[in-house]
Amino acid sequence: MTTTETKIILNKDILRITKDSDVVPYRNRVKEYAVKIGMSLVNQTKLITGASELVRNMLKYGGGGEARIEVITQGRNTGIRLVFTDQGPGIPDIKRAMTDGFSTGKSMGLGLPGTKRLMNEFDIQSEPGVGTTVTVVKWKNG
Amino acid sequence: MEKIPILKMGSFLLVTIQVDLYDQLAENLESDLINMVKKTGAKGVLIDVSSVSIIDSFMGRILGNIATMSRIMDASTVVVGMQPAVAITLVELGLPLKGVYTALNVEKGMDLLRSKILQEEGPQDDDDDGDEDHTE
Amino acid sequence: MKNEAVKIFQKKKSTILENWMNNQLQDDGLREDLMSNEDLRLQSEELLSSLVDSLTDANIESSGSGDFDTIRDILASISISRAKQGYSPRETGLFVIGLKDALLKTLGTEIKDPETLYKQSMMVNKVMDNFAMHTFETFIKGREEVILRQTDEIADISTPVIRVWDGILALPIIGTLDSSRTQIVMENLLQEIVDSGSSIAILDISGVPAVDSLVAQHLIKTVAATRLMGAECIISGIRPEIAQTVVHLGIDLSQIITKASLASALKTAFNIMQLEVNKKQKLKA
Repeated sequence: MTTTETKIILNKDILRITKDSDVVPYRNRVKEYAVKIGMSLVNQTKLITGASELVRNMLKYGGGGEARIEVITQGRNTGIRLVFTDQGPGIPDIKRAMTDGFSTGKSMGLGLPGTKRLMNEFDIQSEPGVGTTVTVVKWKNG
Repeated sequence: MEKIPILKMGSFLLVTIQVDLYDQLAENLESDLINMVKKTGAKGVLIDVSSVSIIDSFMGRILGNIATMSRIMDASTVVVGMQPAVAITLVELGLPLKGVYTALNVEKGMDLLRSKILQEEGPQDDDDDGDEDHTE
Repeated sequence: MKNEAVKIFQKKKSTILENWMNNQLQDDGLREDLMSNEDLRLQSEELLSSLVDSLTDANIESSGSGDFDTIRDILASISISRAKQGYSPRETGLFVIGLKDALLKTLGTEIKDPETLYKQSMMVNKVMDNFAMHTFETFIKGREEVILRQTDEIADISTPVIRVWDGILALPIIGTLDSSRTQIVMENLLQEIVDSGSSIAILDISGVPAVDSLVAQHLIKTVAATRLMGAECIISGIRPEIAQTVVHLGIDLSQIITKASLASALKTAFNIMQLEVNKKQKLKA
């Protein structure tokens, strides 16, 4: 597969996440889009589970923020891209946060590395004091 | 407040999760279930997840907690009916639910619990499974 | 200035078609087995009319013009369908190149002034080369689609799940295990466990040429997923070489039940299910 081709956004949706009860509606919205593009059940489940992890992370460490859902295409591939942006304290050591078993909260510490395994693409940008942006892509047949 | 019903079947408790659990609901379930174990002196807990489409690390933690807590109170926990897609995702996520027993369906889950109880109670109690003579 | 070539093409359309058809029919590579001459003529006629109709004074010099979209569509559908029918790239290319020859030949007989002829020919050349390129591109795309479809089909047939006993499934894996294949294997196996209500699955890897740490990782994941569903998974068909590499690579398979042969795995499965297989007692007559 060529990675030089650019990704084209076909459709997008933005949700604000501020409280725990926003998680389930957000997940349902992601699911709607995944079903619409005909994603297989296993990939859907991986995508939604990953989305759930990231949105919870954003609530817990970033104090909530903005969650964007995009339907994208690249070459002959169709998929879903999720972007999570918060204005929280940021992550001082991304490398450590991406290690299995590392956690600053009371969770099991598989949020980020576990989620990365569920997705096809995973990118995290963070600046202490400014905020964190996590971008993930799951292809329909990935 | 929505609540997930807990059914008592002999010496077992059965919980069927049919909605997507949001955090508060899951935490309530955890404490309700543990209280029920204490109140009924149940020997086993069956959690039916056959209609759950997502188990993330939060939900996985709740299941693990329930298992560990009931273990301390002398009851085994069996998670039954997990969907294939959910199982694959959990493995990929790195969450193998250690310490939780699993079974294909409620019936097999009950068989499993019965055999566990038989094992533990050993020779002095042979064919009287499901009997409630616990002293706590 | 009125463009000579455009004028000539419009006037001489039927001659060009004849020439072109002759080019195609005389070619050794004519595939009468794949397409009748009748269909070939229809296809050629459609393309030529569309070309003559859309060719104007203005656009003959800019082959990328949007006016040619119809032609490109026609060419694309022709070359994709040819790719699927099994035409070679050469045969498909000749179709378009043959038209170029016919066009140039007509220009040669109609235009007498050498300088005009040269200029017009270059122009036509450029336009047609562009179309030929487009044809090749779509031809390859068509072939890629065929390959993708076959890949999916191979993946599907190569992972059968067999019910060997009431409650026992077997899955012989043949060929290399990579992550996409493991995903399919896992999905098929787990779905079959649900459908059949089986409590034991045997994964036979005698047909897997090599087990490296990645393959082992995949096997461990499959076993873990099976257990989450409430079934047990036995891995059988471990050849001595595989046992050696597993140990040398330091892979920990101690959490998994492994057996050398499918037969011994089946025996273990019977044990777990508390079944016993006995030789039939012969009744004395």
